[in-house]
Amino acid sequence: MAAPATSKSRAPDASIVEVHTRYLRQMTLIRRFEEKAGEAYSLGKIGGFCHLYIGQEAVAVGVMAALRGDDYVIAAYREHGHALARGLSPRSVMAELFGKATGCSSGKGGSMHLFDREHRFMGGHGIVGGQIPLGAGIAFATKYQGGDQVCACFFGEAAANIGAFHEALNMASLWGLPVVFLCENNGYGMGTAVARASAVVDLSRKGTAYGMVAEAVDGQSVLAVRQAMDRAVVRARTEMQPTLLELRTYRYVGHSMSDAAHGTYRTKEEVEEYRRRDPINVLADQMRAGRYLDDVAFKALNDEVLAEVEDAYEFADRSADPDPSQLFADVYARGPGKVS
Amino acid sequence: MATITYRDALNQALREEMRRDDKVFLMGEEVGEYHGAYKVSRGLLEEFGAKRVIDTPIAELGFTGIGVGAAMVGLRPIIEMMTFNFALLAIDQIVNSAAKMRYMSGGQFGCPIVFRGPGGSALQLGAQHSQAFESWYAHIPGLKVVTPATPADAKGLLKSAIRDDDPVVFIEGEMLYNTKGEVPEDEYTIPLGKADIKRDGKDVTIVCHSKTVTQALKAAEQLATENIAAEVLDLRTIRPLDTDAILKSVAKTNRCVVAEEGWEFAGIGAQVVDVIQREIFDALDAPVLRVTGADVPMPYNKLLEKAAKVDAAKIIVAAKRVLYLA
Ligand SMILES: Cc1ncc(C[n+]2csc(CCOP(=O)(O)OP(=O)(O)O)c2C)c(N)n1
Ligand SMILES: [Mg+2]
Repeated sequence: MAAPATSKSRAPDASIVEVHTRYLRQMTLIRRFEEKAGEAYSLGKIGGFCHLYIGQEAVAVGVMAALRGDDYVIAAYREHGHALARGLSPRSVMAELFGKATGCSSGKGGSMHLFDREHRFMGGHGIVGGQIPLGAGIAFATKYQGGDQVCACFFGEAAANIGAFHEALNMASLWGLPVVFLCENNGYGMGTAVARASAVVDLSRKGTAYGMVAEAVDGQSVLAVRQAMDRAVVRARTEMQPTLLELRTYRYVGHSMSDAAHGTYRTKEEVEEYRRRDPINVLADQMRAGRYLDDVAFKALNDEVLAEVEDAYEFADRSADPDPSQLFADVYARGPGKVS
Repeated sequence: MATITYRDALNQALREEMRRDDKVFLMGEEVGEYHGAYKVSRGLLEEFGAKRVIDTPIAELGFTGIGVGAAMVGLRPIIEMMTFNFALLAIDQIVNSAAKMRYMSGGQFGCPIVFRGPGGSALQLGAQHSQAFESWYAHIPGLKVVTPATPADAKGLLKSAIRDDDPVVFIEGEMLYNTKGEVPEDEYTIPLGKADIKRDGKDVTIVCHSKTVTQALKAAEQLATENIAAEVLDLRTIRPLDTDAILKSVAKTNRCVVAEEGWEFAGIGAQVVDVIQREIFDALDAPVLRVTGADVPMPYNKLLEKAAKVDAAKIIVAAKRVLYLA
């Protein structure tokens, strides 16, 4: 039976077009930004450890879309995408990766330690699992002060094996803290597949031990992420109850810049298999099917984003290093921290 | 003698000790299939199997405690810390369990275990990944602390650490893994608690360990061009500290600089200076100076990081100051 002509020709809801286009743009921005960061790393403009977010974009974008400006976000070291999705400017993030004074952490943090007070972006944290209790603590402070902000607390699936995860989830549930625990299950902690490190591979089940509502979510679908996050945010904001979301995703690149994309612990075929559900394409295909995206518009969006990334790169490159005096600044609240 | 890397020297020590004693096993993150984050355990899984080369979840407190428990009943675990920054999560089991087991059980239960992995800073790894913690462990009675600087020392000391009946914290230099040096072909061990003179000199003693040994040697070479003969004394083991070697050298040179990568406050150098002033105060021709990492968390920016770190130039300045030449 042919579909009614009306549904075929009906123009999509303007707000949906606007929202989906925004998600597509944010995910594309993260993708292009990360590619540029990888390039800058090879040129020696970025140093140290650098963990790219390529493949996982839908998670950060879908989660941030459900938050208010006064909510809090905290993440691990693979957090460039989270920072961008939260609204930090590509300039301030790229400048931080370059270690420049104009970076969001004044050049003192680096790739793993992006912070931004204005956006309530509570860091980039480098010790696996370390930020999970911090996220619960931020939610504790909100409840303590009678606020209704939510804390979105991101971590990788391998962090769910560390004590801090279990201690934090227990207390968050026991005390009814407005936090959403976002477990980004990209299949691997460095070179270790989930099943080699966790007795339970259905990670959302880890919420059960703490009486916490938990859900497994398709992390390659920004819309599915957004919907699940909406439910979790309501639970936190209006019911003061934490949620554990397991976002099933995949990283297309190596663990860090020093790790190959495939070879030792996973096959090229596996990576290619997952690339078929690229989060950007998943949304773009949906938009194409709904006839509110075509190749011309997609290319224009991509070009726009590329220009923004180029601008961030140029900005970071020409920005100044921090003044040498900054070495001793900010060790303590007041004055340099000289001991002798 | 063969010239091999520090990494391969450690690998040989692990392999030889695992062949010698089947109570020895290696446990830690990525030690097996991935061959170690710094590739120190390359080939061990293939030779010894998954029973003895054990990949763990990211659970430092848990697997360290499992190692201590196994050591209490006679196994000889080697627990690899991916880096000692992460050992902070396990320090409770190292300090509260391993270090005290023999004492608080009235001698009934020992703890023959090695906690090993890289310490110190590399390049631009930032505040949480650039820390030298040897002074923390050296503070604890019941622990031994070893910090080798060369491939030959790394191999001989690791073998002794594995055979030792007490818990040994064995901190490798993250920046030393690729450095090369001569290593004897035949079986050998180096006793814990013995310092080593890496370069003879009569004018000033530079006490150092781990990465600062390389920097001290570089400084000594530069100083030699200015007719200053610096003696480079590598502590090798921090605890037990080879006080005899320190005192002997300083009694000869009458001047001393102590260099370490870690922070100044309550650092290794504080203990070294204390021993010197207490035992041979009259031999000193100048106050002992210390060269340490800047008293700040490590900044990411390359220039700030350089300013924060110990290097040969800073050691040279200190050496000249104790000689009243600067
Ligand atoms: C406590 C601790 N142990 C080990 C490490 C080294 N390390 C950094 S990232 C990582 C893997 C983490 O995997 P996961 O949590 O799944 O996050 P992903 O990298 O996949 O985003 C490891 C072992 C660390 N940073 N902190
Ligand atoms: Mg992971």
